[in-house]
Order: sequence, then structure tokens, then C-alpha cells
Amino acid sequence: MLFFAPLNDRVAKDSNGSPAQAGDAVIEVRDVVYRIGGRAIFDGLDITARRGRITAFMGPSGTGKTTLLRLITGQSQAERGTVRVFGEDVPRLKRRDLFALRRRMGMLFQNGALLTDIDVYENVAFPLRAHTELPESLIRQLVLTKLHAVGLRGAARLMPAELSGGMARRVALARAIVMDPEILIYDEPFVGLDPISMGVICRLIKQLNDALGITSIVVSHDVQELSQIADDSYLLSGGKVVASGTPAELHRTESPEVRQFMEGLPDGPVPFHYPAPDYATQLLDEVP
Amino acid sequence: MSNGAESVPIAAIRRVGSVAVFLGQVLAQVPPAFAKPRLIVQQIYNAGARSLVIIMLSGLFVGMVLGLQGFDLLQRFGSEDALGVAAALGLLKELGPVVTALLFAGRAGTSLTSEIGLMKATDQLTAMQMMAVDPVRYVVAPRFIGSFIAMPLLNAIFCGIGLFGAQLIGVSLMGVDAGAFWSQTQNAVELNDVAEGIIKSVAFGTACGLIAVYEGYHAAPTAEGVGLATTRTVVTSSVLVLLVDYMLTAAFLTTH
Repeated sequence: MLFFAPLNDRVAKDSNGSPAQAGDAVIEVRDVVYRIGGRAIFDGLDITARRGRITAFMGPSGTGKTTLLRLITGQSQAERGTVRVFGEDVPRLKRRDLFALRRRMGMLFQNGALLTDIDVYENVAFPLRAHTELPESLIRQLVLTKLHAVGLRGAARLMPAELSGGMARRVALARAIVMDPEILIYDEPFVGLDPISMGVICRLIKQLNDALGITSIVVSHDVQELSQIADDSYLLSGGKVVASGTPAELHRTESPEVRQFMEGLPDGPVPFHYPAPDYATQLLDEVP
Repeated sequence: MSNGAESVPIAAIRRVGSVAVFLGQVLAQVPPAFAKPRLIVQQIYNAGARSLVIIMLSGLFVGMVLGLQGFDLLQRFGSEDALGVAAALGLLKELGPVVTALLFAGRAGTSLTSEIGLMKATDQLTAMQMMAVDPVRYVVAPRFIGSFIAMPLLNAIFCGIGLFGAQLIGVSLMGVDAGAFWSQTQNAVELNDVAEGIIKSVAFGTACGLIAVYEGYHAAPTAEGVGLATTRTVVTSSVLVLLVDYMLTAAFLTTH
């Protein structure tokens, strides 16, 4: 059983200070162009994530899923277009305002990104110690509550090096929710996990979203897992959204690009071979 | 960021500018960092206490060599009683601060760079930024302050052990009169000499600490990048220590 105890009973508000409604657009990405070294990662990207829902960003490796998270969290800036979170224009925010915005977000990194010189308990307590003056007794309660929620209360005094990949991911999740964020961002949460750990993380994402009423963003290419939990899905390819809708709608799509991804076909619109000269010609060529 | 086509002087100027800007960022976070004294104490322990063995051993051997060489030189002029003065001034004004700083760069500096570099490579610094926590305040500033405080303390220990080493050789082995050794040292060493050593070690602590945290914070987030950054820390710190030592020595001699 999960125990979730919000730090306070704050009511989420939009940029005008009005109470926000479930289903409102929390994250809006409009006509975004982003290039790295002249190569367009995004070319007119449009995405919306709504309050209280789990939105999945899917796509083959190298389509810029993690880059999209960096744009949303203000770690990178788009060349063109707008990125709004809670109505705030993220690229235009000053550092202080950006940090204020990030306090309303929690992020789970691909590798957990736990601080390796402190134990599990201190890792989860870290944001509380950094941002609040709460007494130690209250910090202890909050940390144990969050660790209990991810099933790792008994691992509180272990060091990160003593944790398995799945446990590290769960501790990172406890740390991400300890400040009761309104948005929870997951960057490839299923990578490298065994089926049991994958199932645990999957269940936690769903339960956290439902119990805390937060907005969840999940970046992954694990179609199977995302289909179980996502409310809305975006499939990215070639710098654009090639399909969007519920996972069921994506499964029904006839587009070859979407079918290749959803069914895990090795060849198709996304070719198996990286562009190369003719195979026979290259084999018969002399060694330069 | 420098590119391949950039000339060496331009790249060097750009790098100096980058270090200066980073120093400004670190200094701005020094007062807030004192709000978490536990972090600073931990870093003084890491940079200072963990360097004690190498500093004490080196101090002992440097002092013993000073005793041998000093005795050999001074006895040619029949002034072997001045061995204590020579060893004390040599240690306090030059050898203590410089050798301590070079050892510090090799032991604690590399440790700081690789630690911060690995934190960067494993997304720990990005995770802090995502938690709205400034890594410069929580990671860099405590380590910088730790170096700044640890260096003069290590220097004092190095000088004390070094003087003991010189006394061990001069008095116990070579037969210099113990009373003459210590009384001449007491009479000749002035507060200015001690202050010169302290000022130098504070300057070296600042330089070594800054270079170590700068290189770690700006390391490429790969195994190779962290390795290169660690090497740069030792090379840059060593050269900088010797350069600053020359400038400070010249300044002290001019003002005396």
C-alpha cells in the first residue's frame, strides 16, 4: 500500500494566479525549431501536456526525446518557437524564476543521478534541506513516507553504490516527489531494468500520478509499458510529431512510420542500415 | 569554448577570462555556503586531514635534507650554529608553502577535480539544478573554502615537522648545539617571516582550490574528459603556484 502525504495543500495555479483545472494545458510547446551542429533535431514541433494526465513522448533513439525534456526544463533553449510551462515562457525566465519553476517539477533521470557521497536517506532529504527550514523530526517523517511509498524504507541507510539499478531509480523517484511537485518528468525510466523492476516503476508512475494528481511526462521507447499507463502519447520522428493520441489510437494507426515503431519492426521508414555506399562495391574496393 | 582554429594566445586569454568569471561566481556563493558549515568542515577534512600523511612525511624528509645540506654548507664558514635559522627561514618563507601547495595539487586537487567531474558525468550536477539547487553553492563553494582553509594549516604542519627533521639531523646526528640551534632560530625569525609564509599559503590555497574546482566543473562528461581535467589540474596548479610564488617573493623583497 502506498502512503502519500503532501507537504501542503496548495492549490495549483496558472500564471494569472487562477486556480488551475484538471485537463488544462500545463506544458505547451509550439513550433519549436532546435538544431545541434546544423542538424535539425526539431523542426516545427508542437506538443501539449495536460494537467493530471500521463503524457508519453515516444520515438526511436536519437529523435530528441531527452532534448525535448531539456527544453521544457530550461536546460536548453530553442532556436525558434515557444515553450510554456504553467503559462511561463521558459526561455525568457531569469535564473531565479527558472529555479522557482523547477521547484514545481520533479525529474527522474535515466541513471537515477543520486548523489553518491550521501546515503539514500540523505539523498531524499536533500531538496528539503536545501529549500526548507523544517525541523529534523518532520524531515525524517517526510523522507520515510516517500521511501515507504517506493518500497525502500528499509534501504534508508544504504549508500547509492549498494543499490541495484531498479532500487536506485526508485530512490530517485522518492527524491523527485519529496517536495510534492506538480509535474513529474521521467527520462527513460525503464532502461536497463529487469521485468520485475520495470513493473514496479510502471505501477509507481501510475499510482503517483493518480494519488497526487500531478502531471506526468514520460519519455521512453518502451511501447508495451507506456501503453499500460499513458493517457496521451506523442510519437516523434524526423523532428516532428508523426502521431499523437491515446496508446490505443496509436496502435490502430496505419501510417508505416508509426506501425514500424509500435510493432518494433527492424526495417521500414526508419532504415536498418545507416546510409552507406553500395555493399558489393565497398567490399570489392581496395583498402585505402 | 575554444575551437581548433583558435590561436594559442586567444585560447589562453579566453581560458583566463573563463576562470576569472568562474571565480566571481564562486566568490558570490561563498557567504551563502557558510550557512551549511557541515559541508565546509567535511571538505576541510577531505582536503586537509586526508593529506596529512603525505604532508608530514614530505615535511620530515625535506627538513632532514635541509639539515644535511645546511650543515655541509654552514660548517665551511664555521657557522653551523646558524643551521636552525637557515632551516626555519627556508621552510617558513619558501619550501613550506611551495612544497605543501605542490603536494596539495597532486593529492587533494586531483581528488576534487575527479569528484566534481564524475558528478557532472553522472548527471548529479544536472539533478541538483533540476531540484533548483545551485551546484556552485552546494558542491563548488564548500570545496573551494575547504582548500582555502586547509592549505595554511597543512603548511604550518609541514613547517613544524620540517624543522623537527632539520633538528634531528643537525643536533642529534651532526652534533650542532641544541641551545644554539633553537635560540638563534628564535632570535632570527620575525613575525614578518611567518606572515610571508601564511600569505603565500593562503594565495596558493586559493589558486589550487580554484583550478581544481574549475577543471572539475568544466570537464567533459566522459571518462576521458575527467582524466584530462585531472591532468590539467596538476599541471596548471603547479605552474601557477611557482608563478605566484615568484610574484609574491618579489613583492615582499621590494616592500621590506
